[in-house]
Amino acid sequence: MKKVLLSVLLGSAMSVAATASQADTLDDVKGKGDVTCGVSQGLPGFSNPDAQGNWTGLDVDFCKAVAAAVFGDADKAKFAPLSAKERFTALQSGEIDVLPRNTTWTMSRDTKLGLNFAGVNYYDGQGFMVRKSLGVSSALELDGASVCTNTGTTTELNVTDYYRSNNMELELVQFEKADEVVQAYDGGRCDVYTTDASGLYAQRLKLTNADDHIVLPEIISKEPLGPVVRQGDDKWFNINKWVLFAMVNAEELGVTQANVDEMKNSKNPSVRRLLGTEGAFGEALGLSNDWAYQVIKAVGNYGESFDRNVGPKTPLGIARGVNDLWSKGGLMYAPPIR
Amino acid sequence: MAANSHANTDKPAEKGSIFNDPKVRGIVYQVALVSGLAYLVWSIIQNAARNLEKQNIASGFGFMDGTAGFAPNQSLIDVSAASTYGEIFIAGLLNTLLMAVIGIIFATIVGFIMGIARLSNNWVVSKIATVYIEIVRNIPLLLQIFFWYFAVLRALPHPKQSHVFLSEFYLNNRGFFMPKPIFGEGSELIGYALVAAIVGIFALINWAKKRQMETGKRFPVLWTSLALLFGLPLVAYFLSGMPVTFDHPVKTKFSLKGGMRVIPEFVGLLLALTIYTGAFIAEIVRAGILAVSHGQTEAAHALGLRNGPTLRLVIIPQAMRVIIPPLTSQYLNLTKNSSLAVAIAYPDIVSAGGTILNQTGQAIEVIGIWMIVYLSISLLISLFMNWYNRSIAMVER
Repeated sequence: MKKVLLSVLLGSAMSVAATASQADTLDDVKGKGDVTCGVSQGLPGFSNPDAQGNWTGLDVDFCKAVAAAVFGDADKAKFAPLSAKERFTALQSGEIDVLPRNTTWTMSRDTKLGLNFAGVNYYDGQGFMVRKSLGVSSALELDGASVCTNTGTTTELNVTDYYRSNNMELELVQFEKADEVVQAYDGGRCDVYTTDASGLYAQRLKLTNADDHIVLPEIISKEPLGPVVRQGDDKWFNINKWVLFAMVNAEELGVTQANVDEMKNSKNPSVRRLLGTEGAFGEALGLSNDWAYQVIKAVGNYGESFDRNVGPKTPLGIARGVNDLWSKGGLMYAPPIR
Repeated sequence: MAANSHANTDKPAEKGSIFNDPKVRGIVYQVALVSGLAYLVWSIIQNAARNLEKQNIASGFGFMDGTAGFAPNQSLIDVSAASTYGEIFIAGLLNTLLMAVIGIIFATIVGFIMGIARLSNNWVVSKIATVYIEIVRNIPLLLQIFFWYFAVLRALPHPKQSHVFLSEFYLNNRGFFMPKPIFGEGSELIGYALVAAIVGIFALINWAKKRQMETGKRFPVLWTSLALLFGLPLVAYFLSGMPVTFDHPVKTKFSLKGGMRVIPEFVGLLLALTIYTGAFIAEIVRAGILAVSHGQTEAAHALGLRNGPTLRLVIIPQAMRVIIPPLTSQYLNLTKNSSLAVAIAYPDIVSAGGTILNQTGQAIEVIGIWMIVYLSISLLISLFMNWYNRSIAMVER
């Protein structure tokens, strides 16, 4: 917190030069030789350090993809774990270049905070987890329950709204960090644990006996999660937006990490434009023309990243659902490259 | 200009140019320094405002009127999710103050007992105090807060298996539930009686002191005070026709509803702050007592005072002069440390502000309010303690 406060004071108050240099993040990034991403302090499936200290997850893959697009090298991605409270300040002050940190796209964040959302890399919604032994099968049966959650997120607002609109009472217990929420819920302080449904699946793995808990069917909010950049730097905004689109387009076109090299010789013009063998789309972004090739080579397409980090075969076991391609009944839809 | 002409009329003209007058120079330098600082602060604020605007970040305190949409689970004032951000902030501030006041009282009690115990001639008592102080002082506070919070939680049963006392008091991992008195019509009399009792006690103490000075006779002040404190309101209660009813906690599907309640977060944080700060106060008390020369004890014994009265009437009053200044800084520490509450979900001002910060995105404003609040509380404590320190300081003759 102190560090963030300092950078707020120094970054936005004292030095006009810092603000001016933020205007071109791509130059900054190229100058310092890495892409610094703000990520969570540990959310399995999205951004979580493994036993060796390597970050993995859906958001981490996005960061690596940006690094690959800029440098042709996914290892140029650097990660800064941030609490929910610190994240926007760190981005505004220029401490990080992009914030792929399971952050919900809301109007106030988009307009009042000087931020831009580069797209949606996971369509989430807030859910409830309870003990099976309570015998509860719907969130509407939770009148009078104690609800544990994280402070500094949109979840308090959503859950209070939901309870108010259904004329139910709740006791809100707000912790600073997710680890304490899990411990308190596990210790019986609360009947209910609420956060984004993806987060519930992830945190359930940390409970003493994961099978004793169920996630209720109600999803009480729309939580489109996506990477965030500073407002007023369209070039950098475009790069992040199109890295995400490229991953979705690649899945749609059947380009995978494994076949990306042979796909370069594909006769399909859409694939050729994506991989830079035709046209000069990378130049318009300020990158090399094989930017998308580098992205797919480094982290694979969106579907591969999803399956590797949160999909049914991972401990989280989340079905594609709304996060499937639009052509398969989901919401993932990317504008074409042409 | 006014200062210059004033200086000129004061001094004889032949003393030379006003530029060589040290008084004038002093004033000029100080004015220059203060205006330089003022300009620096002003330009920082201007710069921040301009840059915020340039980055399209809204600023100002207008957000405080917005509907909060969340409410803390402990509040001294009546707040709900429909309250404004400003009201939620105040509820958080009151929770911080509540923790500070109760924490300071308990930490002082623990500190004095342990500080005196460490000096005890009884080997076991002094070693217990030593072990307590050395362990507690050397473990970071945040870890102790986690320890006590989760220790409290794990030790308590689920609401379905609550411990029940007197069939009205329930203890479980959602807190300690008790009946809440509801003061009906006519109950103002009880309040007046309580005030009258407190005023009476002060008068009694003064009178008893004076009488003892004059005649040497002692009066049982403590017992009379207690009788006044509880007796008068009780008499008023019956006189006004027993207007107080109780709101009893009722079992619900998940927990209990109604009545009064102490949340486990409060207990966990209070335990941690009390025990941690108590250890530091114990050392301060020990230092204060050791600073009083041993001759004082011998003189008191020679006058026939036993150990208890010697400590109470001779040693402690003199030790207080050494104890108060460092004790003040421990009180300040406790107050500021209470901001760690957010780690274990105690709804203090940092917790409330954190949520507000996230919902509105007004980082600079919220952090500014935090800083002003803690600064004000600390300055108030300092003022009070300095006043108290002066009132007990040795009067030099």
